[in-house]
Amino acid sequence: MTALLTVADVSKRFGRVEALTGLTLSVAPGERVALLGHNGAGKTTLLRLILGFLRPDAGSILVGDHAPDSTAARRIVAYLPENVAFPKALTGRELIGFYARLRNVGIDDAMAALERVGLGHAADRASGNYSKGMRQRLGLAQALLGAPRLMLLDEPTSGLDPLSRRDFYALVDKVAAAGTAVLLSSHSLSEIEARTDRVAILREGRLVADAPLSRLQAEAALPVRIRVRAQPDTIDEVSDRLGGTRVNGQTVELVFSQTEKMRRLAAISALGSLVTDFDLTQPSLDDIYVHFSRPAGEGNAS
Amino acid sequence: MTSHVIAVARQEFRIAARNRWVLLAVLILLVFALVLGLLGSAPSGSLGVGRLAITVASLATLSVYLVPLLALLLGFDAIAGEFERGTLPLVLATPIARGSVLLGKFLGHLTIIALAIVIGFGIAGAAVMVLSGEGASGLIPLARLIASSVALGAVFLAVSYVVSAGTTQVGTSAAVAVAVWLAAVVLYDLGLLGALVLDTGGGFAQGAFPWMLLASPADAFRLFNLAALDVGNTATGLAGAAEGLPFPPALCVASLALWLVLAFLAALRALYRLEP
Repeated sequence: MTALLTVADVSKRFGRVEALTGLTLSVAPGERVALLGHNGAGKTTLLRLILGFLRPDAGSILVGDHAPDSTAARRIVAYLPENVAFPKALTGRELIGFYARLRNVGIDDAMAALERVGLGHAADRASGNYSKGMRQRLGLAQALLGAPRLMLLDEPTSGLDPLSRRDFYALVDKVAAAGTAVLLSSHSLSEIEARTDRVAILREGRLVADAPLSRLQAEAALPVRIRVRAQPDTIDEVSDRLGGTRVNGQTVELVFSQTEKMRRLAAISALGSLVTDFDLTQPSLDDIYVHFSRPAGEGNAS
Repeated sequence: MTSHVIAVARQEFRIAARNRWVLLAVLILLVFALVLGLLGSAPSGSLGVGRLAITVASLATLSVYLVPLLALLLGFDAIAGEFERGTLPLVLATPIARGSVLLGKFLGHLTIIALAIVIGFGIAGAAVMVLSGEGASGLIPLARLIASSVALGAVFLAVSYVVSAGTTQVGTSAAVAVAVWLAAVVLYDLGLLGALVLDTGGGFAQGAFPWMLLASPADAFRLFNLAALDVGNTATGLAGAAEGLPFPPALCVASLALWLVLAFLAALRALYRLEP
């Protein structure tokens, strides 16, 4: 299938700051892509370029087959900005009706979108009294209007509690399953809970990774960490036989690569009753993200 | 496109109604118009002109100050506020054209101004008509006053959008809007007055002065209303100029129209330059 969003070799600078450099990225229909990066890495700039709010200094962007600032492109795109805001005096029903009219969607479909994000009960309350999570859901409801083919979600789950976050991703999964391309930004891999097909990582305006999570995990080849505990009088013997570093009077820490895992475990179990307990820590999603988003040359001894 | 414009206009009106802006605008104009109408026209019997005509003349002077202020107050936040609060990207990401956003806001705000003017001036005019027992003879000047006041409001609404879209910050926009009001309504006239005082030979009064009145939307509005009334000389000092105008009073309407179109285009340009 051809890509719904094509970003080809795009650069953008603001004055002397290079916000994006030679960025190439594409999203296919039904695909969920996470755009990761620190604050200021260029995520929001990229989304604003895709929306046609900004023009690239170099390179090209196509939404469907259209230029980003064309009406045709904006019929395809739905957008949920970071820190979504609404006129406080208006109710959820009035607001969703407003965006529905702008998208040529009937009021029944608009109310259905409101129900879909679980805001039906609050439809007649002023949005100024909504919680952050409810505002975010109202934002998502307006992004669902008119079955958009490309959804751009800017840090959609920051500030949401874990339960609403789970609901949110369940909804995104449904939308993607129906064929919508989803590009969502976040500042951490753990926040998106590995709920995307592909992860693109931005660092200082450059794309430093663009692959499925499993491949990033393999590429990063981050070490496994084991902490072995023993009695104070046996800790020296344990430390001598396993190697590793003493953390305190009764704990030894071992750091080694994934391929060594089984051999090390065998060595630990060979110690029998000398070992009283142990913890194994696999590299977390955040460790993988840090590995890719750290500037080159800083090493990756984590 | 039309439905987009209507959607934005309805939204703007709804927000203003909910924030009591509509009520406030109507009340302000109504109270001032009633005070001027009932108190201001009391001594007219000795002048031999109709009370309603006197009332229209004083309401025109009220309009010159109040209507631009009202329009600037309604409009200074229109773009800058949405930009600052972050509601603009959501709207501009939909298929609506930026021109439709501006036109919708304009129509929504203009409805509020028109409502305030029609209710305020209408009730004050009706009260004077009933009290003086003059009948319907003063209706045409009153209707002219109401229509031209709405036009004046339209001009300053468009100007306020230029300020709002040009500054993109609510605080700055408010300050500039106040400055615009002072300059256009107060300082410009003071400057002309000063020039008239210094003008010993009378060349300025005969030459540039009427054209400079025409160039200002506030003065063009005043000229248009006073030139059509016979009360000019008795009611205000200004209309002495209206009698010897080197152009037909209808040109004042053209001045307002030109200001409206130019300001709207400038606001449109500023809005299209915005990067939300």
